[in-house]
Amino acid sequence: MISAPPQGTTEPDLTPEIRAIVAHADDNLILAQRLGELISNTAELEIDIAVANIALDHLGVARALYTHAGKLEGKGRDEDHLAMGRTERQFINLLLVEQPNGDFAHTVVRQMLFDAYQLQLWEDLSRSTDTVLAGIAAKALKEAAYHFRFSSGWVVRLGDGTDESHLHAQDALDALWPFTTEMFDGGAAGYRPAWERMVIEVIDEATLVKPTDPYQRTGGRQGFHSEHLGFVIAEMQWMHRTYPGMEW
Amino acid sequence: MDASNLPGDGVVSALTLDVDRARFVVSRVVDPEIPVLTIEDLGILREVAVEDGRVVCTITPTYSGCPAMRQIEDDVRAALLREGYDEVEIRTVFHPAWNTDWISDEGHRKLASFGIAPPVPEDAVLCPRCRSDRPRMVARFGSTACKALMVCSSCGEPFDWFKQL
Repeated sequence: MISAPPQGTTEPDLTPEIRAIVAHADDNLILAQRLGELISNTAELEIDIAVANIALDHLGVARALYTHAGKLEGKGRDEDHLAMGRTERQFINLLLVEQPNGDFAHTVVRQMLFDAYQLQLWEDLSRSTDTVLAGIAAKALKEAAYHFRFSSGWVVRLGDGTDESHLHAQDALDALWPFTTEMFDGGAAGYRPAWERMVIEVIDEATLVKPTDPYQRTGGRQGFHSEHLGFVIAEMQWMHRTYPGMEW
Repeated sequence: MDASNLPGDGVVSALTLDVDRARFVVSRVVDPEIPVLTIEDLGILREVAVEDGRVVCTITPTYSGCPAMRQIEDDVRAALLREGYDEVEIRTVFHPAWNTDWISDEGHRKLASFGIAPPVPEDAVLCPRCRSDRPRMVARFGSTACKALMVCSSCGEPFDWFKQL
């Protein structure tokens, strides 16, 4: 008999504050891993370097957040425990960031939607009374602004480019739009208006059409993921799990 | 580094840890990716203190994912160990967040002489070779997280610009 998957058991002991930090760390780690898949595989050297740089920023933010969450929790879990020692059901990242890279349009549309969200998030958290979190957010805010310039610039170039590139950009936007509402669940609704203004400005300039289908998917923050996350985690964690405690 | 050039008498014991001397040793550690700058020039060295017989060195990253941080930690430990400080703790802090205003004037001068345009606003960047004010952005993401790639429209020199943050 196959028992039902555990419901709502994702990191049950975490306080809401620590859980939120882990969620943001998971977003950044999984997106870093996704972007890392592209290194040496993009069309141009400049894009390769840009993608690697952006991945590195996300990875750095994830490491700082995991370390901070582990210290707040006080049970001796460090960044490696949290990144490499948790299972798919324990990850609470957004579904958006685990979506496959697809073609380049998918990659930059995903990035643009996420960068615009992170700009609101880091702006808010940079005023946190938790000074460590505020410091991490203040740094990440500047990096997110730089990422947004890259991602939104490419969305405009593809959308307002050739007929072919326009088709790809619109496809990507339609495919990824259902994962956007999740960003604003759980007390983050206040980020939505500014996010939407930024995103719609890009969509308009790119001559794209904002998707109208109301269908939205959520669940990542509760540990219910799309089928893609397991593969991302398997690739990311196998070395650490094969050689526990390994060091370079 | 030659210990005879250092302030202090070169004898270190747990009871007489000389914080000024430790600070001097640490301040001369260079950035592994831009070896013309010390970590003090770069503004990432926050504090050197002595606590409970240990040297406590507080540093801050330039960019969240700066891969040089681990190397810098190792280099700080090694520099202190060479001078006899074997009890060392490195603390990484994120608050307040580093920005390029923390790079010293000396740091700006060293960067320019090394062929890297220092972190001035993008429209004020000068070619480090011919001083022309007409550089062109080639790629916003350059050889390291903190630099962008530019090319001079006058002399054709490709060069790194330390991005203003």
